[in-house]
Order: sequence, then C-alpha cells, then structure tokens
Amino acid sequence: MADSVISEIPPTMCLEKPSIDFSYVGIDAILEQMRRKAMKQGFELNIMVVGQSGLGKSTLMNTLFKSKVSRKSFMGTAEEKIPKTIEIKSVSHDIEEKGVRMKLTVIDTPGFGDQINNENCWQPIMKFINDQYEQYLQEEINIDRKKRIPDSRVHCCIYFIPPTGHCLRPLDVEFMRRLSKVVNIVPVIAKADTLTLEERDFFKKKIREELRANGIDVYPQKEFDEDAEDRMINEKIREMIPFAVVGSDQEYQVNGRRLLGRKTKWGTIEVENIAHCEFAYLRDLLIRTHMQNIKDITSSIHYEMYRVCRLNENNTQANGLADHHPASHEI
Amino acid sequence: MRSLSLSGHVGFDSLPDQLVSKSVSQGFSFNILCVGETGIGKSTLMNTLFNTTFENEEASHFHNGVHLRPRTYSLQESNVDLQLTIVDTVGFGDQVNKEESYKPIVDYIDAQFENFLEEELKIKRSLYNYHDSRIHICLYFIAPSGHSLKSLDLVTMKKLDSKVNIIPIIAKADTVSKSELQKFKIKIMSELVSNGVQIYQFPTDDEAVAEINSSMNAHLPFAVIGSSEEVKIGNKMVRARQYPWGVVQVENESHCDFVKLREMLIRVNMLDLREQTHARHYELYRRCKLEEMGFKDTDADSEPFSLQETYVAKRREFIGELQMKEEQMRQMFVNKVKETEAELKEKERELHERFEMLKRTHQEEKRSLEEMRRDFEEEMNTFNRRKVAAETLQSLQGSTGLKKDKEKKT
Repeated sequence: MADSVISEIPPTMCLEKPSIDFSYVGIDAILEQMRRKAMKQGFELNIMVVGQSGLGKSTLMNTLFKSKVSRKSFMGTAEEKIPKTIEIKSVSHDIEEKGVRMKLTVIDTPGFGDQINNENCWQPIMKFINDQYEQYLQEEINIDRKKRIPDSRVHCCIYFIPPTGHCLRPLDVEFMRRLSKVVNIVPVIAKADTLTLEERDFFKKKIREELRANGIDVYPQKEFDEDAEDRMINEKIREMIPFAVVGSDQEYQVNGRRLLGRKTKWGTIEVENIAHCEFAYLRDLLIRTHMQNIKDITSSIHYEMYRVCRLNENNTQANGLADHHPASHEI
Repeated sequence: MRSLSLSGHVGFDSLPDQLVSKSVSQGFSFNILCVGETGIGKSTLMNTLFNTTFENEEASHFHNGVHLRPRTYSLQESNVDLQLTIVDTVGFGDQVNKEESYKPIVDYIDAQFENFLEEELKIKRSLYNYHDSRIHICLYFIAPSGHSLKSLDLVTMKKLDSKVNIIPIIAKADTVSKSELQKFKIKIMSELVSNGVQIYQFPTDDEAVAEINSSMNAHLPFAVIGSSEEVKIGNKMVRARQYPWGVVQVENESHCDFVKLREMLIRVNMLDLREQTHARHYELYRRCKLEEMGFKDTDADSEPFSLQETYVAKRREFIGELQMKEEQMRQMFVNKVKETEAELKEKERELHERFEMLKRTHQEEKRSLEEMRRDFEEEMNTFNRRKVAAETLQSLQGSTGLKKDKEKKT
C-alpha cells in the first residue's frame, strides 16, 4: 500500500471549512485524530533473525531498513568468532520517515545452527520469546500499571534457509515446527543469487510441500484470515513463500541509476528488481502492507495464547494438581 | 537509543495508514451519557448533534426514581462505522427527594467498568471483539436559570467527576440573554472550581489542536440549543427555532455554542475522550477494585504472579465461606424440619386425645341413656302393670264399684 487509501484531512479543517454542511457530522474525523496520535506516539517493531552464520542476515536487515540497523554494523567488528552456544543479542534504533517515528529492535541469534550438535538449539530462542511475553504479562497484571506498556514482544521471526536447492533440513523443520506456534515466522531463501529461476521454483515448491506435510503454519497463517478480501491477498502471498532474497548495502550504477545490488563478473544483481530476486515482495509484506497485521497477530493471538497457558498453569498448580506444561510452550 | 538516518525510502511511513485501515474495519464505539432534568432538551440535542432522529417518546415526569436508559445506534459516515450508545437519565430531578438521584448514575458507570474489568481478567478473553460500553463522555445539562448552579448539579457532578469525563452545557440557551449568559458562565465556572469539580479539559499537548482546544476551554460551559426543525434563511434551510421575534439558528456561532460543542466533542477530541476514559477513569476504577479485593503489587524480588495466587487464595476462602454458609443453611433447615415434625406430632397427639375423650364421653352418654331407657322401661312396665291392675280392679269394682260408692254415700 504505497499510496494512502484514505485521503488526508488537514487538522485545521474545523475552522476553515464553510460553516454550514448539514449532512456532515464529523464522525470520520476520528481517523485523522488517530493518525495524529500515531505519529506523535511512534511505533515499535521487534524483528528476530534466525539462521546459520554467513547467510546474510545482517546485510538483509540493513537492506530492508536502508541503514545500518544490524548488530554487526553497530558493534563494528567485521570478524567475529562463532559463539560456542546460541546467544540472543538485540539492538534498538530510532528511525524516522516522513514524520513517522519507529523504534526498531533487531534481535540477532548468533550461534544458531553452527554447532556440531544442534539439538535443542531452539530452546534459548523459545525462552527469549516467552520471556518477552512474560514481561508484558507482568506489566499488564500490575495494579498500578503504565499508560503504555513497552512492547518488547517479538513480532516477526525471519528464518533464513540456506540455498541448497533440494529441500528443508531436519534442523529447519524442527525449528519452524516449534516456533511457528509462538511467533510469526517468515521463511526466506538466503543468498538466492546462487539459484537459477528453475532451481528456485523447484526449491520453493519443495519447501511449501514440506511445510504443509509437517503442519507448519508460517505467516500469513491461513486460520487468521479475517475475510474473503484478506484471504485473497494472503493466498497470493502464500503461493510465493518462501521469498528468495538477496541483500546488499552497496550501490552501483545500472542504466544510469544508482541501485542497490551485488556486482559480479557476469552481471549486477539488482536487489529491488523483482525479475532478479524477491526482496521487494518481502519488503512490501513486512513493512508496507502487513506490518500492522503482524503486530496484531502477535498481540491478539500469540500473546493471548501464552497468557491462557500461563494462567491455567497457575490455576492447576494452586489447586494442588500436577504441573501441566502444554506442548507449544515447552522449553 | 541511537537515531539512524535512512538512505532511501523504506516504506514504513504507511504504518499510520495501516493502523487506520485496521480501525476502520473494526469499527468504533462511542458512548454518551446525558444527565439533566426531564424536558431540558437532551434528546433534541442528540438529534441535532448527529443530524438524525433517534426514535424517542417524551419522558414522563412521574418516575419515582432515576433510571438509566441506554440505546445503541449504528451510524455511518464515509467509511467509518460508529456504534453510538446514548444513555439517558430518565426521571432525573423530578423527585421531591433528590438525595439519592446520583446513585443510579454512578452505579451504571461502575457497572460498565466492572464488565470491562471482568473481560480483561478472564483467562480466555476477546478484548478485540469486545463491545466497549464504558461511558466516554457525560454531558451535564444545566438549567438556564441565569443565576447559578443548583445544589443537585453540584452534588451530582462532584460524584461523577472522578469516574467520567464531564462537559457541562447550558441547555435551552435561547432563554438567556447575551449579557446574562456571560455572567452565568462565569458564575458556573467559579462555583465548579470552588467546589473542586474536575471537568474535562480539552487537551493542549498536541500542537495541531492545542490552540483551538485552549480557546474552547475558555468558552465552557457551552450554551447550546437544539432543534429538530428547519427554517429557511436566505436561500438555505437551516436548523433553527422560530419565534415571533426572530429565528435562533443552531449553527450560527453568534447565537449559541452548538458548533463549538460539536467541534470539540466529535471532530477534534473524540479519540482523546475514549483514551482518557480508558487510561484514567478505568485505570482508577481497576486500581481501587483490585486493592479492595486485597491484591497488592509485587516488589522486585518477591514471587511473580501474586495476583494469581492471591486470587486463588481468595477464591478458596470464598468457597470455604460458601460451604460454611451452605452447612449453616442446611442445619437450619434440618432444625426447622425437626421442629415442625415435633409440632405436628404434638397436634396429632392432642387430636387423638380429644378423640378418645369424645369417645369416652359418647360411651358414657350412651350408658346413661341406656340406664335411663331401662329405668323408663321399668317405669313403663310398672305403669302398665298398675294400669292392668287398675283396669281389672275397675272392671271388678264396676259391678261392685257402684255399690261401694252407694254404700259410701249413704
């Protein structure tokens, strides 16, 4: 939605508008009031990136937000040792575009999938996500609570699939199966410039089949489609995932324009060209059209589910029955 | 927190649009409470404000208490769906004794908060589909006496100011002249201030509307008139009230403050009214209610989730109490049954005794009757014998009787 669907009503319309207009009560002015308040308050977005090292996670984040938002760029260490265990590192930035302010938090998971034995590598990540829910819940049940509870819940988890061209690895399946129950997962094929178009299509089809076979529901989840219109839009997206992306923070001169791309001896891959890779679709989905929806699903579905489990847990505990940990929040 | 600058167009400037579009599909609810005496013009003002006729009969003056009548309507303007609930206070100010008049109003407002709190505390809750019935704004209608507030007004507003946003308005303002109006407004505001009544202040923190809001704050209370009729002025039909001495136009700012009210209530501050209701009045209610129920906030190093534990403990306590009460009631019932049983037995015994006694009496009487009969029979026999004897004697004497008599005579 690059163009605004709703027409802009200038805030001082009340005084300057001609005084008599019978049929106009002014109820729709609430939309403008809402917009003003949103601009003033700003937005929060928390994105987690998960994938083996070397898949281009940091570069993709920088490309998505057109600035050095990733941890590596910030920390400044070009060479980093692969950690012995999975670490969760988050970095926040304030970015602003046309008056809209956003606090963007990028949560990195170095060490994921890099060990020799990757059993239970999803555990620290699950724990982190659940901890954010817990924190929010604690704030919410306070007697004296803040006007605006700071939202550190993970809204979206981008999972990087290495471009093998064959199928999903057991690690991928395990991870996505467990995490799709607690967070919105957006799988992407990383470094897609190593796949030809046919290889890419085959790979994507294979991945979609495997996701379906394992009952993994990635974003946008079928069951949360609100109406027919929603379903139509989301079906188109579901037919395209996982997006095959290429990231870059370098600009090159192509046909007289400066574009983000990767320059190789056999040509320049334009990141934002949909004939070359699907970065633009990912960006549109994540940022331009479905960002609010991603946040809504996190707060109204994933968080509520966590809350239900947590409150039920306490109930059974208090009644002297055995602890009951539902599978989805197993750590 | 670092600030970064973007080197190109990312596209999250569409976020406010995404947010607005989601709200549009969800729809809005807005709840207005109108407090004022019967016949002061509440319904007419609502009709005028929303440019529609909400079905309404005139209210009677003879209710014996105040009761609240909420009515919900679906309005639509361009692409915005509004669920408007208008709550009327029927019978307000009509009673001879108005001491308890404010109570039903406070109870209603609290009940809406209670419903929301209940939903919020549920385990499986649906806050996003919840129809918010909490009162966002209370329009308090002041009678246009021209002098000052009535004590009923002060008392009621004082009771409501910590629970709801109040905008005081002077109703039927066409009965107050311009000069009187200014004095009246000043008097009202100073009385409100001196009695510590907190009315709703139009927010001045957002620069886009700070100016208009602060100037409107100075015009409170708004002197309004409402009209369901239209009059032709020039070449247009306008909402107005026609008098022999002239026409009062509702939307003419030099005639009354109706336009200001509509501006403030709907076009500029509707969102803020909803937010204040949620962030201030509801939070206050929630805090008080939870503290009343015995919950405390945890401090940093104590166990988390004390709310749940306290709640469970309270629940056990409550269930225990319930069980005890149940036991008591059962005992009482058993005792009562025993008592009644005993009484019945007693009565039965009495009846039995009476019956026995009656039987005996009957027997006795029968016996005495028998005796009497026998006596009588005996007497009869004796008499019969004597009769027979007498007769035979007579017949004997009949022949000789005369002789005897003759003998006697001589």
